[in-house]
Amino acid sequence: MEKTAIKIENVSKEYRLGAIGGGTLKGDLQSFWAKLRHKEDPNAIIGEEKDGLSKGDKFMALNGVSFEVKKGEALGIIGHNGAGKSTLLKLLCRVTAPSGGSIAYDGRIASMLEVGTGFHPELTGRENVYMNGAILGMTKSEIDKKFDEIVKFAEMEKFIDTPVKRYSSGMYVKLAFSVAAHLDSEIMIMDEVLAVGDMAFQKKCLDKMRDAAQLEGRTVLYVSHNMNTIRQLCNRCIVLSKGKVIFDGDVEDAIEVYMGQGVETPAKVDLTTIKRTQKGLSDGIKLKSIKVLDSDIWKIKVGDKLRFSIEVESTQDFTDIGYRSRLTAVDGSSISVLLAPNLFNCKAGEKLTIPLEADVSQLVPGRYCLTPVLYGVNPYGGWQFYDHVEKAVTFEVETKPGFNENMEWEQKWWGSVKLPEIIDLRMSGE
Amino acid sequence: MENSNNSKKFETVIEPKSGWFDLHLKELLEYRDLIILFVKRNFVSMYKQTVLGPLWAIIQPLLTTVVFTLVFGNIAGLAADGVPSFIFYLSGTILWTYFNQCLTQTANTFVANRQTLGKVYFPRLVMPISTVLSNLISLAIQFAFMVIFLIYYVITDQGCHPNLYILMTPLIILQLALLSLGCGIIISALTTKYRDLAMLVGFGAQLWMYASPIAYDMSGMAVFAPGGKYHTLFMLNPITPIVNLFRYAYLGLGNMEWIFYGISWLITLVVLFIGIILFSKVEKTFMDTV
Repeated sequence: MEKTAIKIENVSKEYRLGAIGGGTLKGDLQSFWAKLRHKEDPNAIIGEEKDGLSKGDKFMALNGVSFEVKKGEALGIIGHNGAGKSTLLKLLCRVTAPSGGSIAYDGRIASMLEVGTGFHPELTGRENVYMNGAILGMTKSEIDKKFDEIVKFAEMEKFIDTPVKRYSSGMYVKLAFSVAAHLDSEIMIMDEVLAVGDMAFQKKCLDKMRDAAQLEGRTVLYVSHNMNTIRQLCNRCIVLSKGKVIFDGDVEDAIEVYMGQGVETPAKVDLTTIKRTQKGLSDGIKLKSIKVLDSDIWKIKVGDKLRFSIEVESTQDFTDIGYRSRLTAVDGSSISVLLAPNLFNCKAGEKLTIPLEADVSQLVPGRYCLTPVLYGVNPYGGWQFYDHVEKAVTFEVETKPGFNENMEWEQKWWGSVKLPEIIDLRMSGE
Repeated sequence: MENSNNSKKFETVIEPKSGWFDLHLKELLEYRDLIILFVKRNFVSMYKQTVLGPLWAIIQPLLTTVVFTLVFGNIAGLAADGVPSFIFYLSGTILWTYFNQCLTQTANTFVANRQTLGKVYFPRLVMPISTVLSNLISLAIQFAFMVIFLIYYVITDQGCHPNLYILMTPLIILQLALLSLGCGIIISALTTKYRDLAMLVGFGAQLWMYASPIAYDMSGMAVFAPGGKYHTLFMLNPITPIVNLFRYAYLGLGNMEWIFYGISWLITLVVLFIGIILFSKVEKTFMDTV
């Protein structure tokens, strides 16, 4: 087993909302004086309690994040804006300290939170390479050794003695990336450095980083909104949402979790265009579309039943076709299955629209996927599958007042299903 | 139990709180190349694309000296007797200019370098230290300028008597550097939260100058406080014995009270110590507040 390079344990980072402490001595003294007299703080920020994220004027940018990275692993970090990605990297780079938890790692970290840090416009490319290298923690002799390599990689031989204020933004980034990439660090951290630079250079950078991870055994942490670069570079990926790790594992699955997040599925989903990944499907009857009833989007309140209709088209005669939907969490873990065996018969060329109601009232708030399947029983008594649309629909179960006595449902420990509450037998009259 | 054992195996562990004396000064040594590069950068970038270049280092104190000579020397008559007032004011001004530059620049460390400091980690003390060091270059130019005048005055025998105490020059400069560094980082640590202090720095430094024998001689004190009334208080200003020693060594002016010189060093070291502790305390999280 590979050695652990970075270990992040229960890290949280808290920011205060609004102006910090009033920002002035006067503001702080006012607050202090009000506190002494048990009065309301005149500088407190009003109306922030409603949001589940914040307590008073606090905001948890990271909330109990834990994961480990093995040596030589290329880990992607994705999440929507404000999910806490940059905060996490800042903590790793020691730009600021966590509010709780601990981060431990081996070796040096080369960070490229923003390339060209410390570049001074008046200095030449050469001087800036030394400057930037030193800021990243290299000594002068180390840079001396790597200097030619750095310049060559950046394709900047001609311009190295020109002040960087004359550089184009692309040249600037190329040189800066090159410095950071050549740092002898065990860990490389990158935050969307590849947003600039032409395609050829982007590819070069990706190759360089992949080599760093695979050949040189360096650990790479990469943050991006560009899923393609994540796919190309990373062999593991975590998804952050609202300061928490909501997924940790395979890159494709992570991207799916990320993509599905916060996007509402419109009422009618056309299934004809979705590629079937399941093998061994029989012909003759196919699902055309699936549509939620009584709503514009796939969203229900907790405790409600899910009412939807399926549209099927048949080219043969069938009897006792069954329908079922695999019910999974967005990360693919199974929760249950919704069954409708022996649902309908149909004739060749017939188009049917079947309204259905599934009791999902025990699902807790969250996002779930449905995988609709059409099946029957073959003459030998085994399953016969006609259609299977992997994760065709993502729907959301919304919380409502009073659910779980307004307390948080600890999904990680309690699962996704809330079974009926325990009955006190004394009250039931038995 | 198992967790704490695991994290001990790592070379670097980042945790939210650090002790008061968790200073990491050893790290500074690893970053000495960075300090040198910062010094170079500060100096080079200051004079790039200027016609006069480093000559600008002389012009500012020269003008101040001329003003002092005219106003305090000729009009108010506060200059020391026996030496040309020009060299008297020049000697005070270059020391003060150095101290003042270091103080105001280091006090501004976090705010001015927010861009760089927000992106990468290096020991934050690197910044103020390199500021203090890069100002040494200007000081050296000004000092050479003063020596030229001094030689002229000595040759023409106008009452300047440099003596062996000039060997203490490195000590004088070191003390000024440490004192300005100490004061500067205390202020910078406090300004991460209260910007008010930044406003006060320029004004406070000016007041401090008038409390120090820059624009006047020790004997000029008699004008304000006849009979040496506030003499002790005046001498407790750590700048005073430094300036006095400098003029004593180069101009042969006044007489040294070594006890106050010792106290001045003591104050310097205490201020520096407090400064480093305060600075280490805020450097971890200043990015959130600055």
